[in-house]
Amino acid sequence: MASNQLTKASGGFQRRKVVDRVMTGIAYAFTAFALVALVWVIAYVMSRGIQVWSLSFFTETTALFGDGGGIYNAMIGTAWIVLLAVLIGVPVGVMAGIYLADFGDNRLGDFIRFTADTMAGIPSIVVGLFIYALLILIMGWNAFAGACALAILMLPVIARTTEGIIRLVPGEIREASLALGLPQWKTMFRVVLPTAAAGIITGVFLAVARAAGETAPLIFTMLGSNFTNTNPLEGAMSAVSLYVYQASSSPYEAVQNAAWGAALVLLIFVLTLNFIARAIALRQKA
Amino acid sequence: MRRMTLWRALLAGLVMALVLAGCGGDVAEEGGTPDEADDGGSENGGDGEAAGSITGAGATFPAPLYNEMFSTFAEEEQGIQVNYQSVGSGSGIEQYINNTVEFGGTDAPMTDEELEEVDVETLHVATVGGPVVPTYNLEGVDELNLTHEVVADIFLGNITEWSDEAIAETNPDADLPDEQIQVVHRSDGSGTTFIWVEWLSAVSEEWADSVGSGTDVSWPTGSGGDGNEGVAAQVQQTPGAIGYNELSYAEENDIPHAFLAPDADSEFVQGSLESAETAIEAAEVPEDLRVSVSALNVTDDGAYPVTGLTWLLIRQEMDDLAACRATAEAAWYATHDGQEFAPPNYVPIGGQTLETSEEFIQSMEAEGEACYEG
Amino acid sequence: MFSILSALAQRIDLLKQVRRGNTGDVIYKVLAYLFGLALLGIVVAIIWELWVQSAFARQEFGISFLWSTSFDPVQAQFGALQFIQGTLVTAVVAVSLAAPLGIGIAAFLVEIAPRRVNAVVGFLVEMLAAIPSVVYGLWGIFVLAPFLRDYVAPWLTATLGWTPMFSGSFSGYSVFTASLVLTIMILPTAAAITRNVLQAVPKEQREGMLALGATRWEMFSQAVLPYAKGGVIGAMALALGRAAGETMAVTIIIGNARRIFTSMFEQGATIASVIAGNFTDADSGAYVSSLFLLGLILFAMTFTINVLARLLIKATSSGPTG
Repeated sequence: MASNQLTKASGGFQRRKVVDRVMTGIAYAFTAFALVALVWVIAYVMSRGIQVWSLSFFTETTALFGDGGGIYNAMIGTAWIVLLAVLIGVPVGVMAGIYLADFGDNRLGDFIRFTADTMAGIPSIVVGLFIYALLILIMGWNAFAGACALAILMLPVIARTTEGIIRLVPGEIREASLALGLPQWKTMFRVVLPTAAAGIITGVFLAVARAAGETAPLIFTMLGSNFTNTNPLEGAMSAVSLYVYQASSSPYEAVQNAAWGAALVLLIFVLTLNFIARAIALRQKA
Repeated sequence: MRRMTLWRALLAGLVMALVLAGCGGDVAEEGGTPDEADDGGSENGGDGEAAGSITGAGATFPAPLYNEMFSTFAEEEQGIQVNYQSVGSGSGIEQYINNTVEFGGTDAPMTDEELEEVDVETLHVATVGGPVVPTYNLEGVDELNLTHEVVADIFLGNITEWSDEAIAETNPDADLPDEQIQVVHRSDGSGTTFIWVEWLSAVSEEWADSVGSGTDVSWPTGSGGDGNEGVAAQVQQTPGAIGYNELSYAEENDIPHAFLAPDADSEFVQGSLESAETAIEAAEVPEDLRVSVSALNVTDDGAYPVTGLTWLLIRQEMDDLAACRATAEAAWYATHDGQEFAPPNYVPIGGQTLETSEEFIQSMEAEGEACYEG
Repeated sequence: MFSILSALAQRIDLLKQVRRGNTGDVIYKVLAYLFGLALLGIVVAIIWELWVQSAFARQEFGISFLWSTSFDPVQAQFGALQFIQGTLVTAVVAVSLAAPLGIGIAAFLVEIAPRRVNAVVGFLVEMLAAIPSVVYGLWGIFVLAPFLRDYVAPWLTATLGWTPMFSGSFSGYSVFTASLVLTIMILPTAAAITRNVLQAVPKEQREGMLALGATRWEMFSQAVLPYAKGGVIGAMALALGRAAGETMAVTIIIGNARRIFTSMFEQGATIASVIAGNFTDADSGAYVSSLFLLGLILFAMTFTINVLARLLIKATSSGPTG
């Protein structure tokens, strides 16, 4: 059928060539559009954000009125939730990945794998609702609940990355270890996982990058605070992303400026993690 | 309303178990040292002393004031940190009922049904009053007079152009643009909305019949902003916009606000400390302090009708003595020393309202002890 | 549930292994299964929690909740139609803009660009997905909205203002602005997965066409794209799911008006935005429960879209599917 169309189209070789050129041009243009959007967003955030960066911006606490403030407490908050989310999400995610790789070649495994993939598509706001109903009504506002929500968002990414990496580990390594009489679990934790570590770390970095920028599930778990709260189990806490959201709807110019400064912190953090993950992945390949 | 059920406890347990299984003792260790966490606020965190930090949430109307007031309060010797999140009065009431905060903030008094949802007595401690003003964004128009009918028609969507005759009639000197009116209202449950629509309901039958009153209503037109902040920001960023804000948001951000007239015979008045004070003085405040000033549509000379009070919602009997003491201290400060921050945008409370608020604070108790220690 | 458990018991075959003395392996296996099942458990728990919490609204409003447009906290009457409209319109508009862009970018990366350029540009496009939603929101309202107001909206009003779709005046906060920001946000998803799908198209498919003397465009449009059709549609469906669930940027930009809208220049609300904006201040049981029901509807929507997308992609490409 294709050749049939081709003969029809070959009526004018010149015209076909022009169409080809135009289409190639469009592909270039679309790619340029994406790059322009990327540069536009990043450059704008940088130019606005850098203006409010000063020592006091990183040592003062947030304020949503008047002359604005810093983001010290928000950074503490982000550090806490990212740390806790990693502590919860990584072990669970890696173990789930091990399950999928080692015991997942059956119908149950397929089903769980499919669940993990679709789980990655659950809107973060829905996870927020879930955690609110599960934890906040009992514990009150706290950062731990926010971290739980982030951990749930990280799980499928980490699980699927781990599975993929473990499957890439050459069978001979595993067989050699088993032949030496090491039990399956020791083979996994002493031999396979260390080999796969770089790949898993890449997945973790990407998951952390995504989690650090998440805001929706924090609105009704952490609430936000203008004070420094260092106890993740009790009381409202701020986070950088949450502060950007709250400050984005402020009429106070100084607060709007602080929002750009905070957005820049978030952006640099997230992009750096992405670059590191990329670098690890590249070095692994090489 | 939402009770903790067995299965939820089980689920929570499961999650916790997963966490503990997942990360060993890490979380448990952190959980074991909460004292260390109260940094800054725990200079005198001994037994029975005021807790290092309490959380309140609610009205955005007094938020700029509370923000200033409580940050000074934290610096003073008590060292109590009051984390006040301006999330809107609707949220303030909801969180107060759910007991997720030590106190709520609202400028719409709780309804009788809402009060029944709380198992102990609820105290409405009045802190300040203030006007809600129609903020607008019209280039070159510094002064705008709007009759009560025009305001209602704009918010009902009956008047859609700034060049409408009804607006031109009371503004012969203004150069009104040929622009569409962009109505901005609150998207969240709000006491500022309550004050605003209580007034609209009082002056416009059509509004009362078709929209009604509450902290959140079904808006016939316009876009929604989150909080007083969000409405002010949207008005600022949208040419041709009109919204409504507590005075300080307009004044501190240089957003012009219109003059209003309570009825056809009255003169146009602009919202200000004085005109709001006049309106509050004309209103009769009941014993439980739950009053809606704007619903009265005060027509006295020089009174600005769209005015309201704002309250702290506090449980008369609290569970935790330390938290109760901190809340009492904070409430006392807000109604006394903190009042110096009220002008120029808020009306300080005084007279009977202040005395009642004092009695409320003194009646607070927890674990069988009075919380306010003078 | 029972069948899963019995299947579990069969597979683990605990006793046999314990007898063999591999206690460590038994524990290992049990733990691995537990954590694998934990993924399943979390999804089930989310559905269960949403279902239970929305019970009041389901009983009160019934199925008509889906096509009711009232959202009146004063009368405690709630409906979902305007939010379903907002969610679908913004997501569909975003995907129909992102689809040609994404395919174009993927075509550039796979068919045109040298390998080096492919790697770098591919990485940069994926960076668009790394930028947090809330940053897009901030940028959208302070940069894109004024830009659209000054340059794009007047032009659209002049040419398409007579259609109901672009009638009225553009204020910045609008369904239109939200849709455009969503387009940029889902562009990397659309482009990256399409790229994977295109890369999975066998070489022979291309070589055959080129051997017939076809130009690159003819090869792409007649041999590659038809072959990869299912996967590309799957990629777009996945992007649709992302757009439908996107919360922060939309909440900041869309104008939070809880009404049916007729013009793209009007304000609206999506399911996600109304939950984000109103959940903490819902002040009655019916209100809270209705928001949970909206959450359940959103979950059902995105879940269905995702399942369909995964099936489509799985059918056409065996590569990794981000």
